[in-house]
Amino acid sequence: MTKIILPELGEGIVHAQVVRWIFQEGQQVTRDDDVVELMTDKAVFNIASPGSGTITRILCHEGAEVPVGAVLAEME
Amino acid sequence: MKHEFRTIKCGLISYAEALRLQKDLVREVDGGGAHTLVLCEHPCTLTLGRTFHEENLLVPRAQLSSRGVVITPVDRGGDVTLHAPGQLVAYPILDLKRMGRDLSLYLQKLEETCVAFLADFDIVGERGKAGTRPGQFRGIWVGPEKIAAIGIGVSRWVTYHGVGLNISTDLDLFRMIRPCGLDAGVTSIAKLTRCAPSMPDAAGIFETKFIRVFHDQDHSSGTG
Repeated sequence: MTKIILPELGEGIVHAQVVRWIFQEGQQVTRDDDVVELMTDKAVFNIASPGSGTITRILCHEGAEVPVGAVLAEME
Repeated sequence: MKHEFRTIKCGLISYAEALRLQKDLVREVDGGGAHTLVLCEHPCTLTLGRTFHEENLLVPRAQLSSRGVVITPVDRGGDVTLHAPGQLVAYPILDLKRMGRDLSLYLQKLEETCVAFLADFDIVGERGKAGTRPGQFRGIWVGPEKIAAIGIGVSRWVTYHGVGLNISTDLDLFRMIRPCGLDAGVTSIAKLTRCAPSMPDAAGIFETKFIRVFHDQDHSSGTG
């Protein structure tokens, strides 16, 4: 199982808000595909898939505030 | 700049065309291409960021369309922003993977570039900070008025969108919106100095400041 994690984004950024999932549970992704869009106060950014596989579980729903280091989703 | 770097000066181009250019450049830069600064102006366009609230449009949409104002939702942070001729728009397409993967530092450097740009016109620009301004904090302020709006997008650590700096923008246009959702005034270099630079001159000065600020970052971080 591979975890998709909210990485460190820079000094002073401790959390971000999930804007939308580009891929849903059960969907196939390829390494480097943008899977989820998040937002801080003035930046919107995408997190890319760390590998190829299927998204098995989304742990943070759209609108949720998530801390840096949080697991956003799991994939196999 | 330590990395290969280029500037593309487009003059007046539509928002949609500039967005297409940025998306192409993001792919190119992500694939190892040269860091690129796009400088341009847009015809009157309202862009609606991810935290847009309809009440921040102060004129009905139908009326805006009949005035020829383009309205477009965009994938950047922030609320509603106005672009119009006389506003210098800067879109840096930089791969933050080559620069320490620090979004805060990038935003800070972008603000620093604007402050240095304004200093050339003896204008003291201040960065908005959390807690010191209501609502959205980013952007550059001169006293109580905003002179530059900042909103960025990042894909695979490559930046797009950027900053809109009012040089000689018709400030009456801002009456159509509550910029960035704030009840704050807006200003421009023309309003503050009564002697604004031409847009090509403004683009040249911005480019110089941008290279200086981001070059220093590359050297101090020791990355790249």
